[in-house]
Formats: sequence, C-alpha cells, structure tokens
Amino acid sequence: MPTNSNANIVLSVKNIVTQFNTVDGKVHAVNGVSFDVRQGELLGVVGESGCGKSVTMMSLVKLLPMPPGEISEGSAIFEGQDLIQTSINDLQKIRGSEIGFIFQDPMTSLNPVLTIGYQLIEPLRLHKNLSKSAARTRAIELLELVGIPMASSRLGDYPHQFSGGMRQRVMIAMALSCDPKLLIADEPTTALDVTMQAQILDLVRSLRNELGMAIIWVTHDLGVVANLADRVMVMYSGFIVERADVTKLYSKPKHPYTYALLKTLPDMEGDRSHRLESIEGQPPDQLKPTTSCPFAPRCEYAFDRCTHENPQLELIAENHEVACWWDMERHSPRPSTSSI
Amino acid sequence: MVQYIIRRLLSAIPTLLIISFVIFAILDLAPGDPTGNLPMTVPPEVREKIRLSLGLGEPMHIRYYKWLVQFFVNEPLNIIEHSFGIVIGDGENRTRILSWATRSPVIDLIVERTPQTLWVVGLSYLFGILMAIPIGIIQAYRQYSLFDQIGTFVAMIGFSVPTFFTGVVAIIIFSVQLKWFPMIYDTTLEVNSWNNFVLQVKQMIMPVTVLAFYQASQLSRFMRASILDNLNLDYVRTARAKGRKENAVLMIHVLRNSLIPVVTLIALGIPSIFGGAIITEQIFRVNGLGQLLIIAIQGADIPTVQTLTFLFAVLIVIFNLIADVLYGMLDPRIRYD
Repeated sequence: MPTNSNANIVLSVKNIVTQFNTVDGKVHAVNGVSFDVRQGELLGVVGESGCGKSVTMMSLVKLLPMPPGEISEGSAIFEGQDLIQTSINDLQKIRGSEIGFIFQDPMTSLNPVLTIGYQLIEPLRLHKNLSKSAARTRAIELLELVGIPMASSRLGDYPHQFSGGMRQRVMIAMALSCDPKLLIADEPTTALDVTMQAQILDLVRSLRNELGMAIIWVTHDLGVVANLADRVMVMYSGFIVERADVTKLYSKPKHPYTYALLKTLPDMEGDRSHRLESIEGQPPDQLKPTTSCPFAPRCEYAFDRCTHENPQLELIAENHEVACWWDMERHSPRPSTSSI
Repeated sequence: MVQYIIRRLLSAIPTLLIISFVIFAILDLAPGDPTGNLPMTVPPEVREKIRLSLGLGEPMHIRYYKWLVQFFVNEPLNIIEHSFGIVIGDGENRTRILSWATRSPVIDLIVERTPQTLWVVGLSYLFGILMAIPIGIIQAYRQYSLFDQIGTFVAMIGFSVPTFFTGVVAIIIFSVQLKWFPMIYDTTLEVNSWNNFVLQVKQMIMPVTVLAFYQASQLSRFMRASILDNLNLDYVRTARAKGRKENAVLMIHVLRNSLIPVVTLIALGIPSIFGGAIITEQIFRVNGLGQLLIIAIQGADIPTVQTLTFLFAVLIVIFNLIADVLYGMLDPRIRYD
C-alpha cells in the first residue's frame, strides 16, 4: 500500500474540533483530530467508550444533533469539497451516495415498520434516479452480494423477520448500494456474537477487495482491527494519541495507552489462570479543556512534563506517529519536541 | 386476521352478557322510583299499579330475561323488518324496550338523538385529531422552540380546565356579550337553504370548538411524546445517513412509527364520542345521547339507562377490537396467530 503518496487521498481531515453545549458546560468531545484516508485503505479507529471516535466520524457529515453539538473548527476535504463548510442540503446528496454508513446496533438501525426492500431501494431511488424495477433488481443484487439467500423473496420482509447478523448484512448492502467512495463503519460488529462478527469481517474483507473503496472502521475491539486494518489510529479523550501501520502498532506500541490497551487483551496461548489486565482509573472529565496530557492521571510512566503540557502527534518512525513525552523504548523522556 | 376477528367477537359475547347483567343488577339495586316524579297527590295504590304496569311486579331475573330477549332478538328483528320491508314472524305483537318516561321504544329515541351527537361531538373529535397531529409533530420536531412552549402552555390549559367551565365562559363571551352565536342548540332546524346552513354552522361553532380544543390538547401531547420517542432512535439516523431530506425522514420514517400508539388511542377514544360529551351536551343544550342519558337517570327511566349504558359498553368492546386490528395493520411486528 503506497501510504506516502497524496495522490489517492479520499478524505483529508484537518483539526476537527467538536463540542456539545450542555447545561453543565461545554463537553470537549473531539479536540483537533486530523487524518487522511486513502483509496482502498482500511483505517481502524480504536479507543474506549466516550473517546470521541464516533463523534469524529459523525461530525464529518454532520449526523450529530446540532444543537447541542457544534463543530467549531476544522475541515474535511472529500472530493475537493470541504464537508464541514457544506450545507446540510448538499450533504444530503453526499450521505448515502458518496459516503456510506454502517452503524453499531443492527437490531435498531433499521426502520421496524418499513420493508427491507423499501429501505434498500430508498437510497437507490434517491441518488441514482433508478426506476422502481431497476432499483429492485439492484436491491436483489446487493442482498446477494452480502450473502442473503433467496434475496428476491426477502425484499417484502420486515426487519424483525431477520436475525441480527442478517440485519447487519442488510445495513452493509444499504451502505454499499450507491457505490460509495468511502464507507464509515461505526462499531458494526459490537452488537453481534463472535460467529456473526467473524462472518461480517470476512464479508467486509472480500467486499473491500472487490469494490476497492476506502473504509473507516471504528471499534473498541483491538482484535477486530488487527485482522482487518491497514493503519490504525488510537484515540483517547478526543485526541489521537497514536497512529501507525497495523503491524507496527501491535508489535511496537509507542504510547503507554496503546501499550496498556494491548495488555488488556486475553492471551489465548499462555497461562489463563491470572486475571485479565485492566487500565486503572477513569477517562478525564471532558467539561474542562485539557492542558496536560489527557492520559497522564492513568499513566504509569507519567512525569512532571506530562501534567502541564499536552503532547502533539509527532512522527517518530516511518508511518508511526505518537503523542507522548515518554519514549517507551529508551525508557526515558523524549529528548526534544521539535526534532523528529 | 379474519380468524382473529371472529375469535375476538365470539369471546366478546360472554363479556357483554356479564356487563349487561351487572348494569341491570346495579340499576335494580339502586334507589329510585319511576313514580317518584309524580305529584304527591297520587295515592300509593295508584303508584303501585303504575309500577305493576311497568312490569316491576315480576322478579328481577324474569325482567332481565325479558330485556335480553327484547334487546338481542326483538329489536334487531325490528330493524331488519324496517330496513328491508319484510315481515318475519309476529312483528305486530313483538314487545320492544319501552321508555318508562315517554312510553316510546328506547331504540327509536336513540336513533332520534344520535345525529346531533355525531354532528357536534363527532365533528369536534375529528377537528381535534386534525389539529392535534400536525401540532404535535411540529412541537416535537422543534422541541423547546417558542411554538412548542406556547403549544405546551395552551394544551395544559386545554386539558386541565374542564369543558363545563370553558363552555360556560364561551357562552358568556360569545352569546351573552357579543351575541355572535345562539346560546341553545336548535335541533328542529332543518338545513334546506343557505341561511339555515349558516345558522346551523353558527350554533355548532361553540360546542364543537370547546370539545375540539379539549381533545386536541390531550392528543397533541401524545403525538408530541410519541414523535420525540422516535426522533432519537437509530433508524432515524440511518435514514439521515442514507441522504434522506429532513421532511422525508420525519414524514416517512418517524411518522409511521409514531402514529402506532396514537391511532390506537384515537380508536379507543371513539366510544367516548357517544358517552363522554354528556356535560358539554348539557351546557349547550344539544339534545343528543348524553342529554338523553342524563334525563333518563333523573327520571329513573331504567330501560333507557340500561339500554344506553349497554350500547356504550358494546361500542367500547368493538372499538377495542378495532384498535387492536389497526395496531396490527400499522405495526408489522404484531401477529395474530
């Protein structure tokens, strides 16, 4: 994968800042997140609940409730157009056609009173101007593509007649219906059991090879990302703390948070008698703007610099960026912030 | 579906029989005397004779049985004979349920009174629904906006102030002070010319408005709550993520789901058109079914009260069934087997 070329960048996100104005004050959900997604690439976004990974993705197409949500800064260049500056009206032409979505809970993501066929045909009629019969034919194709048997007879069925895994397949079919350039999958396997997860992952992998679109895969499951992603970015408290090629991130994590996350994974081969690892403490209160490293209170390597200066994401090796004052390999603070 | 409806109708039979007996028993146990309204000068022996002539000499179970036969056999046969112009059996000597007060058949009285009730109360129910649904939708979609705040405030007044109060206020303002509308509803008015039509509309405006306001207040709250319940659900986000425009999201995706409980509520409320507007009918002097019932209760006209109350019970059972069937039609997750 040519990770350094800028030629085939599908989406370029710069410094997105998203806040929620609540009665208690401003919740700083996303604090200046920047990333690129290239054609055919699968970017994994990991982090624990509430770290801002979903909000970042929803900010890109303004699928947030606004108000209370507010995107106060940043740009997201998609096909030469800044999505953040685009009006909702124009975004509606991009949503579902250029950018497809899969959401977390397939049990609730489909409208219970409309048929699967109607919901599948909806984006096709909307964006592709297909006739009813052409849209129907395409809908059957799509259902077959995602592996639903006897597709033509199932168009008239309602969501409750499908199992959870089947519904997620329908969601995927819907997201892919207009051949999007970018697919945003927001924890698509979290609500499924492990067998279903494996099937959905296989499906996404094969579809990606077949269709060649860019995918952003948001999850809190490092195991899922390891099998799927080309690059991974780790988020914490609305910041990106580490970003690297998937092999590098798993073999040589540079951020104590990534390192701790990887340690929490159960070891399948080794001794199973000991308790699972966990990260002590809670994520910080996002009502206050952060002036320190957000992970410092939970970090076992934290020293005084971490508590009064927030590190920026820096390139420390090829295709490996980290936002941390501590150097895990040298077991000492990084020498300088400005030099690479 | 058909099987389900038949099963429900069959199971309604014992329910209704029990209801009819309970009503009969309560009315029989209640104090009250059909001769109570006669002058004091009427001697006790005469009163006793009147009672006997009304059939009160017989024991209760015989009277109940007679009422059952009259209600379920004689009256339906009578209706069939009238509507098809045929004679079945001994039509002349078939006994009917007679009002003690007027000595005329109760069913005829009811048929006479129903149009007024349907026009005034039914129309107000219809207007109430037609107002409540769009108001509820806009309120929910623009939650906490000025429109929502005003709507909430007005609706609070609407269902916390009883119709006998708003009705009287309306009469004082619009009939007594401004003299815009007549104070008393004139049932004898026949709509045969433009002028009479205007008069009819004028006399209907106040009762219809007062009742519609009350209905709309309640229903708009339910509509608003139901839309709000749905607006934050995942499928709405999916619809938006597909690129649906906001009005399509609302009218196609959210509304179908939100209407399920509201339609059920509307169907369940229809029997109250017939019984529930008793007070409003009294205030505006609309001589509909509500007023018939009040007069019958005051005059201890047991057959009329019995028949009317039982008919209300039948309506409630029927509209319960209709509500259930509608529920199943709107929500594909409900199955009837």
